[in-house]
Amino acid sequence: MPSLKDLRNRIASVKATQKITKAMQMVAAAKLRRAQAAAEAARPYAERMETVLANLASGVTGSSAPRLIGGTGSDKVHLLVVCTAERGLCGAFNSSIARLARDKANALKAQGKTVKIICVGKKGYDILRRQFEKDIIELIDLRAFKQVGYVNAEGIAQNILARFAAGEFDVATLFFSRFKSVISQIPTAQRIIPAEIPAEAPKTDAVYDYEPDEGEILETLLPRNLTVQVLRAILENAASEQGARMSAMDSATRNAGEMIKKQTQLYNRSRQAMITKELIEIISGAEAL
Amino acid sequence: MATFKFELVSPERILFSGDVVSVIIPSTEGEMTVLAGHAPLVATLKAGIVFVQTSGDNGKEFFVNGGLVEINAASTTILAEQGRFLEDVNSTVLDQEILTAETKLTGSHDEDEKKRLHDALVQLREFKNVFEQRKAA
Repeated sequence: MPSLKDLRNRIASVKATQKITKAMQMVAAAKLRRAQAAAEAARPYAERMETVLANLASGVTGSSAPRLIGGTGSDKVHLLVVCTAERGLCGAFNSSIARLARDKANALKAQGKTVKIICVGKKGYDILRRQFEKDIIELIDLRAFKQVGYVNAEGIAQNILARFAAGEFDVATLFFSRFKSVISQIPTAQRIIPAEIPAEAPKTDAVYDYEPDEGEILETLLPRNLTVQVLRAILENAASEQGARMSAMDSATRNAGEMIKKQTQLYNRSRQAMITKELIEIISGAEAL
Repeated sequence: MATFKFELVSPERILFSGDVVSVIIPSTEGEMTVLAGHAPLVATLKAGIVFVQTSGDNGKEFFVNGGLVEINAASTTILAEQGRFLEDVNSTVLDQEILTAETKLTGSHDEDEKKRLHDALVQLREFKNVFEQRKAA
């Protein structure tokens, strides 16, 4: 049976924790609003880009297609780009992305393929390092940036493209968490090299003129498309992270509230029991006289 | 006057969306004006000013740097790599852009990439001259 002082201390410490989680939840909610707006504002560009690309790509045929669409012709070496958060305390957000990447890496290894990993965000690195220490070729840290944007995405995309040009890998897959709603974030794997072209037939039957020619446009468009995909991934990730943190902190606050209630009840009971005991002792002492 | 749907989108947000009379676009092959009923076209852009005429003599100006324009029967869309309102552009911003382009150029190893970056840099410098002349006038 804990003493009254122990109980008082315990309640005080849970209360302090609750204050922290409550504050974190409110901060996450405020950040979420901004991140969500950024993620949603970036969607039209990515969507338009996809349709233009689909239109263009339907024009180029098999072997003449650029390597970013057609691939290198082999799939021996896979690059996994794993985007996670820089901070923890956001529920299963980081671990679910890492789990998806780990499953993929294990499956590829079982098929005898080589796996290379680039981690964007420290938390994913921390988790994956345990198993894939040797396979991780780079850790890209975005902690210094308060608001991630096009510049960061461009840097990452350039990095990937340089590695592709140097023949370091054949297939690249991007792992991130798609923001569906505050309570639902879906870890997603998306192949970025060779580019996944939406299969839908181009809906416009108009024949486009190209200025300069098709090939050249496609050549400038494909690296840019990669940047846009990376940008979308990190923006969706930022929104998902805040959403996950918000709901995690919300339930933490609620749990702390329940705990305080229980402990307070226990404290009051034992205090009363103590008083009753003392009273009985006094009364029985007086009777004995 | 005949109008058509026009959208100017940058990776971060939609800068303009609505019905317009004409748009002047700085494409890599030269400036062009798009009116309603233009033939379907896809063209790449260089650094320059997009002038959007919304009605009679009202217009808006935007700065774009790189990207492409897609014109079809239904609408015209500019996907700008970088885009901002012209009011937000000044010499410091342009100098910053030029500096970024220069660092990128020195950091690049691929020949094709180098050529592209170099072209972009030349376009930016050209635009800066034009911009300063405009301001002086």
